[in-house]
Amino acid sequence: MKFVDEYRSGESVGEYCRALAEITTQPWTIMEICGGQTHSIVKHGIQEMIPPELTLLHGPGCPVCVTPMELIDHAVHIASLSNVIFCSFGDMLRVPGSEKDLFSVKAKGGDVRIVLSPMEALEIAKEFPEKEVVFFAIGFETTAPANAMAIHQARQENLKNISFLVSQVIVPPAMRTILEFPDNRVQGFLAAGHVCTIMGTQEYEPLAREFQIPIVVTGFEPLDIVQGIYMCVRQLEAGCAQVENQYSRAVKKEGNLAAQKLIEEVFQIVPQKWRGVGEIAQSGLGLKNSYSAFDASTRFLLESRRCEIDSPCISGEVLMGIKKPDECTAFGTSCTPDSPFGATMVSSEGACSAYFRYKRVAP
Amino acid sequence: MCLAVPGKIISIHDDGSLMKMGQVRFGGIVKEVNLAYVPSVQVGEYVIVHVGFAISILNEEEAQKVFSYLQEIADEGGQ
Ligand code: SF4
Repeated sequence: MKFVDEYRSGESVGEYCRALAEITTQPWTIMEICGGQTHSIVKHGIQEMIPPELTLLHGPGCPVCVTPMELIDHAVHIASLSNVIFCSFGDMLRVPGSEKDLFSVKAKGGDVRIVLSPMEALEIAKEFPEKEVVFFAIGFETTAPANAMAIHQARQENLKNISFLVSQVIVPPAMRTILEFPDNRVQGFLAAGHVCTIMGTQEYEPLAREFQIPIVVTGFEPLDIVQGIYMCVRQLEAGCAQVENQYSRAVKKEGNLAAQKLIEEVFQIVPQKWRGVGEIAQSGLGLKNSYSAFDASTRFLLESRRCEIDSPCISGEVLMGIKKPDECTAFGTSCTPDSPFGATMVSSEGACSAYFRYKRVAP
Repeated sequence: MCLAVPGKIISIHDDGSLMKMGQVRFGGIVKEVNLAYVPSVQVGEYVIVHVGFAISILNEEEAQKVFSYLQEIADEGGQ
């Protein structure tokens, strides 16, 4: 496929790895933000191809992994109600809540449907006017335009029987949190390409300046990633701290203005909980007042409650790049993709699941 | 989750509403995709598609840069 195959060429990847070896003079630690990048790195064995001085840390970039457990509990509660059709992206079904996951609700006869696009939930709402349809609107900036469009269209079409359980997170505040950790090790970032197709690259400028850290907006194919690493190391070796765009075939500096406009129409910036990490200021998108009629948490009178359970899971530290999955005592033994403790083992883009699938580390 | 796939626009139906749609070919599969966020897109162009929405038009010229970048750096260094 065009725009895919040529970016998997072993020869070009090899060229970048050799060039990297030439410019690397000391150890550097680089974090890739996005779970899609983590997946690609582990699958293609990129850590093993680059100079041993370079360490790749895996970042928090998987919306499935950071959706708070409390919200999974809310989803489970709503999905169990008899007049509800609960629609969700497939990845969310196996994410454990404090007691159950959505999959077990479905197995017990709950009407839980996997959709590929939020617009499908609208179609379902029109088809079943006597039912309450709820869409689990999770995502990073990448997914926000799709969710915003579904919510906006629901209002345009005056649909009364649909609402949205929203957990939208924003990436730059999480990068700031990582950099502010006292024991932060990250010296350079590969920013998430698809997030930037929407939001552009400008919001990373203040981070790069303030923390004197290079940030390279990077794609997802192996060649993208080795070029992103190369650009990052080149800056580190030269003492630079700039925002660069490796993924320029898809990312414009200003991002996607039409998408930003609809996001602003529907959402406002709110504090947001990240699973395993806690609340991060200004790191989420919530519905604006003008759309509050479509908020599932008010429609179903959900109360927020704390639900921490006792578990060996260190997925919060894995998400923030403090630990690697194979440092977890449960990894591959009591925690596997079939019976996951943490969301990072569920999502195909979670670091734990990527390690489990592709890395043959002895448990 | 932020997985987004490149595909080629093979037709566009624009009824003037927010819901501009089109057909996009991914390898052997053709899918209906919402084009509201790529208002200027033309048939034959490639877009990146995420959960049923095209979120970006791929720039052919920029796409080649990854293959010439190392050479450019070497040339710069040699000057
Ligand atoms: S291996 Fe399982 S228990 Fe350990 S951090 Fe990952 S998800 Fe949590």
